[in-house]
Amino acid sequence: MSVFVFLEGSEGKIKKSSKEAISYAVEVGKIIGDDEIIAIVLGVYEDTDLEKLGNNGATRVINVNDEKLNENQISIYAQIISEIIQSGSANLVIMTKSSFSDNVGARIAGKTGASIVSNVVSLPDVSSGFSVRKSIFTGKAFATVSLSGEKKVLIIKRNVIELMENGDKADVEKNPIPDNLKFNEKITGLEKAEGDILLDDAEIVVSGGRGLKGPENWGMIEELARALGAATGCSKPVSDIGWRPHHEHVGQTGVKVSPNLYIAVGISGAIQHLAGVNSSKVLVAINEDPDAPFFKAADYGIVGDAFEIIPKLTEKIKSL
Amino acid sequence: MKILVCITHVPDTTAKISFTNDNTKFNEAGIQFIIGPYDDYALAKAVELKDTHGGSITVLNVGEASTEPTIRKALAIGADDAIRINANPMDSMYVAQQIAEIAKQEKYDLILMGRESIDYNNGIVHGIVGALLDMPSISPVMLLDIEGTTAKLAREIEGGKEFLEVELPFVAGCQEPIAEWKIPNMRGIMTARTKPLKVVEPVPFNPASGTVSYESLPEKGSVKLIDPENAEELIDLLKNEEKVL
Repeated sequence: MSVFVFLEGSEGKIKKSSKEAISYAVEVGKIIGDDEIIAIVLGVYEDTDLEKLGNNGATRVINVNDEKLNENQISIYAQIISEIIQSGSANLVIMTKSSFSDNVGARIAGKTGASIVSNVVSLPDVSSGFSVRKSIFTGKAFATVSLSGEKKVLIIKRNVIELMENGDKADVEKNPIPDNLKFNEKITGLEKAEGDILLDDAEIVVSGGRGLKGPENWGMIEELARALGAATGCSKPVSDIGWRPHHEHVGQTGVKVSPNLYIAVGISGAIQHLAGVNSSKVLVAINEDPDAPFFKAADYGIVGDAFEIIPKLTEKIKSL
Repeated sequence: MKILVCITHVPDTTAKISFTNDNTKFNEAGIQFIIGPYDDYALAKAVELKDTHGGSITVLNVGEASTEPTIRKALAIGADDAIRINANPMDSMYVAQQIAEIAKQEKYDLILMGRESIDYNNGIVHGIVGALLDMPSISPVMLLDIEGTTAKLAREIEGGKEFLEVELPFVAGCQEPIAEWKIPNMRGIMTARTKPLKVVEPVPFNPASGTVSYESLPEKGSVKLIDPENAEELIDLLKNEEKVL
């Protein structure tokens, strides 16, 4: 038996967070006794990039190498992967959570009747049945969920597993595009933040809130982020009033992040904001108000004027 | 245009989450329940679409009788009628099967719901419903315009937006800023009391997953405060103690 991993890419590059699912699958394989980890990649990619997935733990790569799949069409992807699963010997499909893979995983489950769980934060426990821990209530609690049925889809949360980088080259198998595809969605354009580190992939995030007083003051946040190699985020009020783009909004109804380090500047720490950051490893709050609720959630805090503190931190980072 | 809006009945976003019965049951004591915030965006968008294009809005919830006040609120906001599928929403697949069953009978032009429920956060019901009905499903949708039988949408992707077009009917998981949340007015609240709310028994379906137990987050240790005069010390701690730099 083997384990399937669905990998996602954009503009010819496989997403780093998506590769974490391969390393997760390797660990799952050890538990359930499957050692073939098959990565499924749809669209045109460099052969060397596909082979390199072996480095992350894939033994084999199935690539449907057709430029018609270069855009991330939800229903087409789900259809192709469902067919691969139904024709193959794998009962388990693993992917990393993203705004795209949620859709694909859900449709695969709908098509194949597989049981499905998302936001998984642990390896499966197979001591009696098959269960995993998942994050619930937007990071405020966990649930242990048991899955029955032969086929299963697991959507894992980012950063739950260290990306393995010591494997061999994977064998790459090219499959033709099936000819029965129904292209339902027509993708007409993309709008992407250029050259920035994506919030979702970032190991460090620096976020700003209303305490920064205006969009013109974001320069120092961006400078600190650049020095740290971090992504920038913001609170909901800040994206609501248009100081920052919506895709930077971190929180309950925005992006949920789980970086190694989250630095909140001038963010009071409303429960809805904390819900988006509470699975970060280390939380730092910088705020003028000593009663800001963020200080109750943070590991480190500085009570003071961000306009004095942030440049000092940036200076110090640059001197390292 | 005939629109179905599926809503969840979930604890308010500021609720303190705790569990009872040896961590096997969510503690509902003192909890205020609301329409899921993402579902609220879906409902608000449905009201806007109805204002522009005419038609009807049916709101659907899979839940026991206790969810009816939440359903009535959706009626007060602007849905015309409601369906409650009388069942405990056991897992995403179960809920999706129930929604799909209703949609097969009623043939909606558009099925809207939130991108995810804020209790279980799976974010997959729309996708499963789409697959079961063999229609497109798109999430998280932040812009939606309809011209004739074609919809133009923007879907949020990591670090940006994807623009797409799709033919009706389809399923969408919604999020901000698709529409502004609507607050029910007095007239809405009055008429909601008499709008039809149909209770339907679920189709038999065995859920494939079940929650075994819950865990609250471990208590956080207290914050280590750093003197703003020596703010640089933070960097040393992050580098040497926490090893995150």
